[in-house]
Amino acid sequence: MPDWKPLIRKRIAKLNLAAAREAEIVEELAQHAEDRYRELRNGGASEAEARRAAMEELGAHQLLAKELKSTERVNAADSPTLGGGARGPFWTGLGHDLRYAFRTMRKSPGFTAIAMLALGLGIGANTAIFSVVNGVLLQPLSYPDPDRLLKIYESSPAFSQGSVAYPNYLDWRSGTRSFTDMGTYRSDQFNYTGNGAPEQLNGEYVSASLLPVLGVRPQLGRLFLPEEDREGAACSAMLSDGFWKRRFGSDPKVLGRALKLNARSCEVIGVLPATFRLSDTAEVYLAVEVYTSVELRRRESHPGLSVVGRLKPGVSVASAQAEIATICGRLALEYPKSNAGYSGKVVPMKEDIVGGIRPTLLLLLGAVGFVLIIACANVANLLLARSTARKREFAIRAALGADRGRVVRQLLTESLLLSLGGALIGLLIAAWGTKLVVAAAPANLPRAEAIGIDPYVLLFTLTVSIATGILFGLAPALQGANINPQESLKEGTRGAGGGRHRVEGVFVGVEIGLAVVLLAGAALMIQSVWRIWKVDPGFNTHNILTAQVAVSPTAAGSGPQIRQAYDQMLERVAATPGVAAAAITSQVPLGEGDSENDYWIGTGPQPPQDKLNSAMFYIVTPGYRSALQLPLLKGRFFDRRDTLGTSPVVLIDDVMARHLFPGQDPVGKQISMMVIGPLTIVGVVGHVKQWGLDSDDTAKIRDQSYFPFAQVPDMFLPEAVAGLTLFVRTVTEPLSLTSAVAAQVAGPTRDQPVYAVRTMEQIIARSLAERRFTMLVLMIFAATALALAAVGIYGVMSYAVTRQSHEIGIRSALGATRWEILSMVLRRGMKLTVAGLAGGLAAAFGLTRLMAGLLYGVRPADPLTLASVVAILFSVALAACYIPARRATAVDPATALHAE
Amino acid sequence: MEAPTIDPEWKKGSAELLILSLLEAMPRHGYEISKLIEQRSRGALRFHAASLYPLLYRLEQRDWIKGLWVEKSGQRRRRYYQLTADGRKVLASQRQGWQAFVEAINLITGVENA
Repeated sequence: MPDWKPLIRKRIAKLNLAAAREAEIVEELAQHAEDRYRELRNGGASEAEARRAAMEELGAHQLLAKELKSTERVNAADSPTLGGGARGPFWTGLGHDLRYAFRTMRKSPGFTAIAMLALGLGIGANTAIFSVVNGVLLQPLSYPDPDRLLKIYESSPAFSQGSVAYPNYLDWRSGTRSFTDMGTYRSDQFNYTGNGAPEQLNGEYVSASLLPVLGVRPQLGRLFLPEEDREGAACSAMLSDGFWKRRFGSDPKVLGRALKLNARSCEVIGVLPATFRLSDTAEVYLAVEVYTSVELRRRESHPGLSVVGRLKPGVSVASAQAEIATICGRLALEYPKSNAGYSGKVVPMKEDIVGGIRPTLLLLLGAVGFVLIIACANVANLLLARSTARKREFAIRAALGADRGRVVRQLLTESLLLSLGGALIGLLIAAWGTKLVVAAAPANLPRAEAIGIDPYVLLFTLTVSIATGILFGLAPALQGANINPQESLKEGTRGAGGGRHRVEGVFVGVEIGLAVVLLAGAALMIQSVWRIWKVDPGFNTHNILTAQVAVSPTAAGSGPQIRQAYDQMLERVAATPGVAAAAITSQVPLGEGDSENDYWIGTGPQPPQDKLNSAMFYIVTPGYRSALQLPLLKGRFFDRRDTLGTSPVVLIDDVMARHLFPGQDPVGKQISMMVIGPLTIVGVVGHVKQWGLDSDDTAKIRDQSYFPFAQVPDMFLPEAVAGLTLFVRTVTEPLSLTSAVAAQVAGPTRDQPVYAVRTMEQIIARSLAERRFTMLVLMIFAATALALAAVGIYGVMSYAVTRQSHEIGIRSALGATRWEILSMVLRRGMKLTVAGLAGGLAAAFGLTRLMAGLLYGVRPADPLTLASVVAILFSVALAACYIPARRATAVDPATALHAE
Repeated sequence: MEAPTIDPEWKKGSAELLILSLLEAMPRHGYEISKLIEQRSRGALRFHAASLYPLLYRLEQRDWIKGLWVEKSGQRRRRYYQLTADGRKVLASQRQGWQAFVEAINLITGVENA
């Protein structure tokens, strides 16, 4: 008779039933087939016939499994018990493991809460930092096909990525075959009047091609037409979503209305979507050809134009770069006066936006990962300590037949449940922490609007929490499973298990080592920021109030009117009580943006572009020197003598003086400047750290030149006054004078706005914002690491003392002194500490190198910094060991020996 | 004359009722149940093991019947199924429902004792 069992087993094998259940089903069905076979044979059927009929009972191949599926899956989870040795699939018994884990957690709510909170902090901090990294670095830009968008710069020896001359942009655009099209834009400010209070608006001049290149559609109205972006065209304007809401209450009838911008009437043609963000603050957009400055038409001028191109499909960045370089080479031959020495550089747009912040964010992501590992090590130690207490439980389970794998799985289920609980807490912390990070982040953090908790962040959190659960759960789980039931059940509560204590020691060592790295990183950042603060910016930064100003549109007509309006404004401000001096400048030291002009020595004809020098270019009024308390080293500063009617003069700084006239007195010498012409040097002033306290020394252009506002020709005046900054030297707290100064600037017509009011100290703080942010976050991480490491070593040492109270009791009964017992415990703790410190030092040597670019005035592996970090950690660890060591000396030999 | 065809759907719909009815009097094992269905329907109804046993397990899961391994001397053990108290209630109501259904069908199709 055939053996039916293998046939049946094969048919239901893929159901993966629990072994016992499968055996029952196989037995029952095999009997049925056998009964049928036997009956037919008895009835006279041939063996083949009987066999075929019995096979028929089992149905078509898939049928049995299909029919059983609905009932048997559900059964499967119920059958295995405590350990049962079931060789089922992964999920067999998972429900049981989970229920058991929940029960265990409920039994010790204190332990569960502490472990989840520690993990929640670690996971939350990681999620918060990752959500920043995700939003800023990982998510694509919110334009269609963002990978094909490139920024295109002009490059020169002074600027590898400089702004573009408009005529060059036009030639690039007409000459390219790699790009589907290019667009250009330029930030500017507009005095907005005629609809309530006057207001200074940030805006952008954009080419008609820009928005189509980016793939942006208006939410209302339309984009610029090519004919609106032509010389002499009437002014059309597009509004940002924010401005439309703020000033027009989202009124769709805004289309066709006229806006008065810089006294010019511009018709509103469209509103951009809320997600569109060319620069953070732009509220109005005008066609670039509406920008009437002569600068726009000159190949020598680089009035801050940015160029974006969209690559044709299939064209590589490298071939686009080659093409731009070729076009630039041709232009340099054609226009050597303006273009010699200039080429072009393409940069993927996303890289252009976020490339600068990447090292900082990756550094923080690494640092926060360390914090999580430390948190894991602590929880692992908690679990290890508890697994000793649960040793009897594991032994009973092992005795009942649970194999090692089952116990490991049960314990891992528990640790995963802890870490998932931690993840939930972590998400709450992250939701709050992400907001905190965005608020504390430097204002120039790009793409801050893209930061938030999205599915990628949730996936990250889930992955991290599962990895965390396995990381901190595995060692205790293996330890728990590694139990000889006989010994453990015989033994009392005092256990052997030297292995466990070795593992604990390793965890504490790792915690201390990681804390060394984090502390070293934080200490290096603190030193850098401190050193930068101490750098002399070249002028007295205290008690300076700065504000951007504009003159009344009614006064903005002719050159003399504009000059008079500023003169009167400065007179009024200077006369305000509490004001010591007032001045206007075209360029704010240490502020954003920069302005340069090309010059050559003497009064001869202009040499070709590649023979020219560049100098920072400041247009200032005579009060500038007193307002900044800028040191005058030679000659004189500007005064009332310097007007349009007198011979043009210039001031240079000592860097430029040394550069041009080494060993000579520059006063009285002549230089020529682009656009302006020959100038006589009348004085030398101190160098100002224009490029930033940290980076000015290494900047390529350091020469500085000052030109008197009163000598700016009428032709250039309207442009020179766009974005002028008022500097006020005060005798009291600068911000307390804000409203008084604003009232004086507003003047009798009350239509001259003051905006972006800041003190010089705020401007400097802003220039350091990114470093200070990094420092602050690293300090928080380092402090957390220090606290966790201290708690970790304290926990391990106190536990060791409790465990060894028997031994300590014997020792003191045998006459050991208090000091001997104290030093015995301390020695053990210090051994762990020193091992951790050594490992941490080695790691810090390697890892702090990665942050070299963020440091100033201190080397990554600065011996003094590392020594102080070691000293701090050593003292903290000593203190953490001292408390349990003290307790050890208090062990009463009689009690300790009686306890068992 | 051709044998009357029985729609598989009718068979499926009545299977639970058939099994419960057969277990009403006494506990029986699976093979016995399948033989009885075949004999009493004079061969019109037949359930293969591949569909009978899954059905039994389902009824068992619903607590309408209960299976027990019974070992009689000199024989291998067999699994006997018996009706539970719940099963008895279900049987009563299904039986009523079925009769009402058959009457209704008869009223419409006019197949009166054909």
